[in-house]
Amino acid sequence: MSTVAVIDYGMGNLRSVCKAIEHVAPGARVRLTAEAADIRHADRVVFPGQGAIGGCMAALGANRLRESLLEAMKTKPFLGICLGLQALYDFSEEGGGTPCLSLLAGAVKRFPSEKMTDAASGLPLKVPHMGWNQVRQTVPHPLWQGIPQDSRFYFVHSYYADSADARDVAGETEYALRFTSAAAHENIFAVQFHPEKSQRAGLRLLENFVSWNGN
Amino acid sequence: MGLAKRIIPCLDVDNGRVVKGVRFVEIRDAGDPVEIARRYDEQGADEITFLDITASSDNRETMVHVVEAMASEVFIPLTVGGGIRKVEDVRRMLNAGADKVAINTAAVSRPEFVKEASDHFGSQCIVVAIDAKQVGPDRWEVFTHGGRKATGLDAVAWARQMTDFGAGEILLTSMDRDGTRDGFDLRLTRAVCDAVSVPVIASGGVGNLDHLVAGIREGHADAVLAASIFHFGEYTVGQAKQRMAAAGIEVRL
Repeated sequence: MSTVAVIDYGMGNLRSVCKAIEHVAPGARVRLTAEAADIRHADRVVFPGQGAIGGCMAALGANRLRESLLEAMKTKPFLGICLGLQALYDFSEEGGGTPCLSLLAGAVKRFPSEKMTDAASGLPLKVPHMGWNQVRQTVPHPLWQGIPQDSRFYFVHSYYADSADARDVAGETEYALRFTSAAAHENIFAVQFHPEKSQRAGLRLLENFVSWNGN
Repeated sequence: MGLAKRIIPCLDVDNGRVVKGVRFVEIRDAGDPVEIARRYDEQGADEITFLDITASSDNRETMVHVVEAMASEVFIPLTVGGGIRKVEDVRRMLNAGADKVAINTAAVSRPEFVKEASDHFGSQCIVVAIDAKQVGPDRWEVFTHGGRKATGLDAVAWARQMTDFGAGEILLTSMDRDGTRDGFDLRLTRAVCDAVSVPVIASGGVGNLDHLVAGIREGHADAVLAASIFHFGEYTVGQAKQRMAAAGIEVRL
């Protein structure tokens, strides 16, 4: 039986992530945890990220989660969601500038709301970027299997990832500018959107993750 | 192509059952919330909103169970409002499986609460609900307690202030239109949408699908919320989206 560790550092709602994984993989054991041992023993790891990036990085350090998480990121199928994608980059502008994990090259930036307008209506774009937007799959990947190109996923975020290495990009989305909405690097896959809230397409991605061997 | 405009069916929940009032008074029973939410999900709803219209603490407990049940089988965003007064209330609803909470009366009583909640849980999960009534030409006042209590606050200025305090979204209801089926108060909607940098959900008065189109087109809303047109099977969410798509509005089909 496959064990999925969902990283919980105590900042908010992860029930939907767990329920969605249980829904697509009834045979899997889903464990909500902040314990290094659980992460080490899990077959795969989901890192949803909650709250603000500063709190997220601080919590990883305080709970000594960081090491086991970094080890998992290098050794087993790993899925980052939302903040769990942003934390993988070098740096985030959020919180006056926050150094992140540097597993992926690039920076996380705020949508420049005052300079953005919607091309169709000419109205100012709203931040957070909230709602269903399309993801252009830029590479084939086992996690995209069975998901139509340009499918819509649910987003809610004010900061976006700007990848410095194009090889890490697995999907892109446009919201006045084009940003990395999915990143893939060896056994890591990370998404800016919320698959657990993205109905059919999102559930399929989670299902793909649970059967992915990380290659 | 880009971000889709959202259609959000709203369920007013009283003691675990969906009801819908007309002008906040008359109540009709419309069924089991989880069952209805599942049906809307199948029809393509972009989100679901539950508004708990009861006041007693026993019924609040019922609401937590409804949210838990919904979150275990419907995988689209869920907003829960009604009686959210403390950071602890926010935490309970988020832990039960809600993605956002809507704060209304408590924001007026103590605006700092919005700040505390958004600092703690992030702006993305804090919706400030505003019930507004027209009090003059292009002037709307905020009402609380289900529309019974005037506050003296200007709705547009209040929306701006709440955004500054960390609201990630505004749920704007016209009290004059709610339950009338005459369509959104488009002037109100537009005034608020154009005044704030966060997304705005238009609510109150939807009686047909063209009203939804107008809410987006003329009201500049980012999302439209409706209750009765969906509850009683008059229209499906799918039909609403088809109509919006036909009008050239980007939707998730």
